[in-house]
Amino acid sequence: MTPDEDRLHAAVAAGVLAAEDDFARLLRSVVEVARAIFGAKASSIMLLDEETDELVFAAVAGESEQGLVGTRLASSTGIAGWVLSSQTPLVLEDVSSDPRFARDVAERTGYVPKGIMAVPLLADERSLGVLQVLDRPQRSRFSLQEMELLGLFASQAAIALDLLASARRARAALAADPGAEVVARLAGALERLEGPRRAAGLALLEQLTLVLD
Amino acid sequence: MSEPEPIAEDDLEELPAWSLSRQAAGQIEIANPLPARVDREWALGGSTGAGVRVCILDSGIEAAHPRVGEVASSVVITVSEDGEPIASADTEGDLCGHGTACASVVRELAPEAEIHSVRVLGAGFSGTGRTLLAGLRYAVEQGYEVVNMSLSTTKRKFGDELHELADLAYFQRTVLVASAHNMPVESFPWRFSSVISVGSHEEADPFVFYANPDPPVEFFARGVDVELGWTGGGTIRATGNSFATPCISAIAALILGKHPQLTPFQLKTVLYLISTNVGGATT
Repeated sequence: MTPDEDRLHAAVAAGVLAAEDDFARLLRSVVEVARAIFGAKASSIMLLDEETDELVFAAVAGESEQGLVGTRLASSTGIAGWVLSSQTPLVLEDVSSDPRFARDVAERTGYVPKGIMAVPLLADERSLGVLQVLDRPQRSRFSLQEMELLGLFASQAAIALDLLASARRARAALAADPGAEVVARLAGALERLEGPRRAAGLALLEQLTLVLD
Repeated sequence: MSEPEPIAEDDLEELPAWSLSRQAAGQIEIANPLPARVDREWALGGSTGAGVRVCILDSGIEAAHPRVGEVASSVVITVSEDGEPIASADTEGDLCGHGTACASVVRELAPEAEIHSVRVLGAGFSGTGRTLLAGLRYAVEQGYEVVNMSLSTTKRKFGDELHELADLAYFQRTVLVASAHNMPVESFPWRFSSVISVGSHEEADPFVFYANPDPPVEFFARGVDVELGWTGGGTIRATGNSFATPCISAIAALILGKHPQLTPFQLKTVLYLISTNVGGATT
């Protein structure tokens, strides 16, 4: 695909994809469901900001919810950094016994969890971020079944995040190209049409293609 | 049964590398290092891992942690702007806790193994794949008998180079023990047949381990709700394939401590034969 075609595809995608607000709601829903299925006190998604090489809190549910979104962490240190870098899930109990961890986390969030489940968000070969579930109830020994559930859930979250990343790229391309914006608006309008009007719109585009080609 | 004599390295070096003449064929008799029956007593009975160097390729190891004890060397790997790997003395300790945890498992099971730390984390995520490769290359160059890799990369561009490194390690008798990925993604190097890949079982006994009849994951070891050393001199309980991996690294160190002549291929065979579900449960 040429760069021009690539931009056009991105623009069309932006035209038909839902707004970024919708993705933020989706992310929030993901952390709320993660918290609910494990009966945990809190859950969060951190996204990798490739430009600054940092992890950024993108959605939080539960304890320490207030003000944490937007907080940035080093991308390769601490538990989340290790999970992102090693691309391996990790489940820790009694983590508050580590004084350095407790101090670092408390300074940032005011809430020190005892237990952390952390799993990388992987889409194909890209690492998008880390999903954390904090303080699941200690009613039972952790099981491999829960580990599998965590992995499956993280895979689903990664799909949502990957869509968000695509939308962001598409919007950036759109902003830089007024020509593409027109195409995107057209694609978006067409997408919203139904029945005969949609068919007529598509036929019109076909004719337009013949004229322009 | 008496121990067979290992083949002399000097003799090997004089032999042709790519073909075998009729004359040379008579010169490469190799004493079979394995007895007629391989059991746990033969494989690791009485071994403490003494004489075996285990490298923890991870987040560093906390110095003087009571669960780890002496760390023979600690280096941190960085990659220069022109892509050259640099190994320098590591004074940071452990930037996460994970490397200390892995080292504590090795110390628990193979108390006299020599533990070396090669830190490949801390310089930012963006360089992780390159640093991981450089760290593994460093570990292979050092000729460590066992390298514990509780990490992997999904970047395909590093796959080929990792593959070459894993093969290099295999032929020079460095055993790579790598965590299997329990998520639906393709990652390296654990899938390579030249490494030993490890997943978790739920039992508490660190010497219970299972051979998997359905690879690519080859062995399952203790990895659920394990008490481990962690930063700050304390302990935590944790779950993950990354903690099952050092169990197999330590058991490999015990075997190599007693049978240093084993190649990685033979070592994997011994691990298989003494696995709990093969022959290890009865001895």
